[in-house]
Amino acid sequence: MTATPGATPTIVLVGHGMVGQRFLEALAERGLTATHRVVVLCEEPRPAYDRVQLTSYFSGRTPEDLSLTDMEFIKDHGIELHVGDPATSVDREARRVTARSGLAVDYDVLVLATGSYPFVPPVPNKDATGCFVYRTIEDLLAIEEYAKARATTGAVVGGGLLGLEAAGALKGLGLDAHIVEFAPRLMPVQVDDGGGAALLRTIENMGLTVHTGVGTQEIVTDASGAVTGMKLSDGSALATDLVVFSAGVRPRDQLARDCGLTVGERGGITVDERCRTVSDPRVFAIGECALAADGRVYGLVAPGYEQAETAAAAIAGDEAAFTGADLSTKLKLLGVDVASFGDAHGTTEDCLDVVYSDSRAGLYKKLVVGRDGTLLGGILVGDAEAYGTLRALTGTVPPISPESLVLPAGADSGAQLGPSALPDDAVVCSCHNVSKGTIRGAVTEHRCATVPEVKKCTKAGTGCGSCVKVLGQLVTAELEASGVEVDKGLCGCFAQTREELYEIVLALRVTSYRELLDRHGREDARGGDGCETCKPAVASIIASLAPAIGASGYVLDGEQAALQDTNDHFLANLQKNGSYSVVPRIPGGEIAPEKLIVIGEIARDFGLYTKITGGQRIDMFGARVEQLPLIWARLVDAGFESGHAYGKSLRTVKSCVGSTWCRYGVQDSVRMAIDLELRYRGLRSPHKLKSAVSGCARECAEAQSKDFGVIATSNGWNLYVGGNGGATPRHADLLAQDLSDAELVRLIDRFLMFYIRTADRLERTSTWLERIPGGLDHVRDVVVHDSLGICDELEQLMRAHVAHYRDEWAETVNDPEKLARFVSFVNAPDTPDPVVAFVPERDQIKPDLPLLSIGMRPADDVLEGSAQR
Amino acid sequence: MTLAPETTDLKIQVRLADSWFTVCDLSALDPGRGVAALLPGGGQVALFRDRGDRLYAVDNRDPFTGAAVLSRGLTGTHRDRPFVASPLLKQRFDLESGQCLDDESVRITAYRVRAA
Ligand code: SRM
Ligand SMILES: Cc1cc2nc3c(=O)[nH]c(=O)nc-3n(C[C@H](O)[C@H](O)[C@H](O)COP(=O)(O)OP(=O)(O)OC[C@H]3O[C@@H](n4cnc5c(N)ncnc54)[C@H](O)[C@@H]3O)c2cc1C
Ligand code: SF4
Ligand code: FES
Repeated sequence: MTATPGATPTIVLVGHGMVGQRFLEALAERGLTATHRVVVLCEEPRPAYDRVQLTSYFSGRTPEDLSLTDMEFIKDHGIELHVGDPATSVDREARRVTARSGLAVDYDVLVLATGSYPFVPPVPNKDATGCFVYRTIEDLLAIEEYAKARATTGAVVGGGLLGLEAAGALKGLGLDAHIVEFAPRLMPVQVDDGGGAALLRTIENMGLTVHTGVGTQEIVTDASGAVTGMKLSDGSALATDLVVFSAGVRPRDQLARDCGLTVGERGGITVDERCRTVSDPRVFAIGECALAADGRVYGLVAPGYEQAETAAAAIAGDEAAFTGADLSTKLKLLGVDVASFGDAHGTTEDCLDVVYSDSRAGLYKKLVVGRDGTLLGGILVGDAEAYGTLRALTGTVPPISPESLVLPAGADSGAQLGPSALPDDAVVCSCHNVSKGTIRGAVTEHRCATVPEVKKCTKAGTGCGSCVKVLGQLVTAELEASGVEVDKGLCGCFAQTREELYEIVLALRVTSYRELLDRHGREDARGGDGCETCKPAVASIIASLAPAIGASGYVLDGEQAALQDTNDHFLANLQKNGSYSVVPRIPGGEIAPEKLIVIGEIARDFGLYTKITGGQRIDMFGARVEQLPLIWARLVDAGFESGHAYGKSLRTVKSCVGSTWCRYGVQDSVRMAIDLELRYRGLRSPHKLKSAVSGCARECAEAQSKDFGVIATSNGWNLYVGGNGGATPRHADLLAQDLSDAELVRLIDRFLMFYIRTADRLERTSTWLERIPGGLDHVRDVVVHDSLGICDELEQLMRAHVAHYRDEWAETVNDPEKLARFVSFVNAPDTPDPVVAFVPERDQIKPDLPLLSIGMRPADDVLEGSAQR
Repeated sequence: MTLAPETTDLKIQVRLADSWFTVCDLSALDPGRGVAALLPGGGQVALFRDRGDRLYAVDNRDPFTGAAVLSRGLTGTHRDRPFVASPLLKQRFDLESGQCLDDESVRITAYRVRAA
């Protein structure tokens, strides 16, 4: 197949790595994606991802988390991305690139961003089974698989930045990790001898074994060809099951060589200051494959990003030049602080060193200073706290003496120079070239109030992450300067935490949100309308305490109604097209056939989509506001009640079938699950509450992933608390063992009420347990041993809740005034919202999503969700 | 505008291109809770009343999701400006100008509204 250029000129990008992706963004920012056809050939099986953060895979980041490619962006800009299809040849005469699949694309402009390949020294058996490199996600997956299956020891060849990262990763995989470095010290490029010595101690203290000053002579294998060890240049041998080569990288310039482009003596495609190849004005090279105009091949991402911008500017006909870049680096390995910046080795003529070293503590700090006091660079080992500030100050005369910058805090004259001392034009984030002024502007002009917002707004901190600390300090300083208090208050309306508000509501029996706001809110929020954060939080506190403080427990009563999120307000869950889902309670997941039939009939009659949920019950989707009361009326008639799927309250208590049927069961887990679900139903809490009861230790109900989970023993029940599924799963902790039914219920009563009292807004029990001082032990002291003497009160509060429980659906359908709210339009109560429409899928309905973007559509091609009503 | 709480027979009117369109009784609107109304052309407007009895009217369509749900959002005050937060993805909109407070480039239509 040959793709021929039409009227629009074509830009072909070869290589979709970090720099390639940045180049695409730069093209889009300059509007070039609108005027050009853009074709990308990507060799790896996945689009661009964050190679810099590769190692964070081993601390739990998934390949998806690492992705840098927003497919919406690719689509919106009409970029043709060919994943897993590398370029194999370039015909510069015909201006045509051919890919492995046979795809041929004619170009007007060709941009090479092919990156580097890891250099593997030519030692015998370097390709043996168990030998790896460390560059791509695929490399990582392979290392992980091999390490888990058949390795206990691993060795990294190369003690540079990447080698140390790789060694840390091997250690994290549970291997006994070795580092073999040919140079006499670790990180020879970045640190000097003094720094290397301090670094060595720190690394060894972490349990890694370091061999410096020795080369790898041969990889030793067994009969099957798998690695068993290495022979080193000093004659010694090292037994190892796995070898990772991390001995530097080389530019991937073969494609360029093959088509006759000029490359440097030691590799790299030679380009000028505009990143154009010196041999062909239609061809550019950027990133690690390029030999820049200053004669260097840069192995860091920041210079690559600058080249990407430069090339895009050149293509657009704008001014820009890449003349060289900073080589600052910071090791990302957990537990080791190493950083170097600027002229770290003091190569500038006539410069001076300021060194502080404490070998006992593994500290080494060196600053390189010019005659006139200009900070030129430095090395920090053992404590890189000041890295962000110092790097940004490089090139200027610091406002205080260099000595005081490296002395430890607390030592004589050890002045602390915060980021507030930086000039506005100091570059704080070198990955994305963001200055302090830009960050301040994000806070003052773009109203960013948190670090994540500033990151999104400026891109600062989204590269290697080494500037995030300074970023946080700057944001806080700027907020404080602009009069915004950085406090722990719930929101802009209340300076108290949720826990403090709970105590106020309980002690002063405050039953109205307005009263709380006007009397206890921040000065400038009093008399106002509050906000979307504190309204539901306060509503929840008042609801949790309703019987005790004499407030109405019904969430749609009076003012309470205006405080609820739409889900609580409509006692149903809002879906993406404005329709709602309905979830009746099915206690313990046990349901009689008659009731199943009722649910089926209702869903059929109202044309709802049905699905079994992850919580052992049935969800019916696609109800319009005006259908909700009709659906509830039918459900209530059949003996159902609200399942509170919409509330920050008890969701489900899942059960396993237990001793009644299961041959292993030792207790009646279904009965206990039903009892617990009925006891705590409707209990409003800081976040949702989930529970489960298993009939024996096989744990089929997954109780240990719940806020409170119960597992049967032959003597009674074990109670686990603080479990969580979701995005940050946590196994529950055992709170108490072998409890009787009554003991179990009493402990849960206390536990839940203590949580409701002290947790933050939207804090699950898992995070709460990790946050509160003293953790699990403290909670056990309070709820089991009554160390605070509040257990009576907690139990009493729960008894009041249980006694006052009423079904919200039944109350609503029996109150005509409340029913009036359930219409799509106040002025046309019989007209359904025309945007809520459905189309068929797999014998059911699904939302008509395209309709949402156009607003209206001729009625005839739509399957009306309510048509059968 | 501020109204005496007892004036219950007043009607809420929204200003369209060339006339005032009567929507409903003022009493249909609770402070802090919106309602949606259908406009003659098939468009939808979200109406709100704050605790000082000031009235607001903005387009009911949430520009981020396309769903007609803004009337079901929570309202509040941010730097002395009234706003509604979309119940879907929580972006806030200034009720007087329609400006999205979380994305400068987005603004929804705000209507003049009165009780008469
Ligand atoms: C319907 C259901 C998915 C399904 O089709 O199975 C579901 C649907 C939703 N879940 Fe879930 N979750 C459902 C079971 C679960 C489970 C499984 C379980 O409960 O055993 C989990 C993991 C367990 C856990 O919570 O620890 C789960 C973890 C979450 C989380 C993450 C919570 C966390 O602590 O990280 C959220 C987000 C949140 O609450 O902030 C969430 C939020 C939601 C929301 C409310 C998102 C939203 O705001 O629209 C969904 C709305 C439901 C609706 O519209 O009806 N859902 N969700 C399940 C309803 C169970 C039920 O019968 O009530
Ligand atoms: C573990 C690790 C940690 C790192 N840490 C840091 C750090 O802390 N700070 C820092 O600044 N830098 C760091 N780096 C370096 C940084 O990742 C690189 O500088 C950056 O990725 C260079 O981007 P690039 O686009 O030039 O090359 P790459 O990201 O390597 O992308 C090149 C892409 O081109 C593809 N390709 C090659 N040939 C072809 C072809 N013929 N056709 C199609 N596609 C092709 C490759 O498969 C690759 O996907 C680290 C690197 C690693 C591996
Ligand atoms: S947890 Fe035990 S009792 Fe329950 S179903 Fe599984 S094996 Fe049977
Ligand atoms: S310096 Fe790397 S992310 Fe800011």
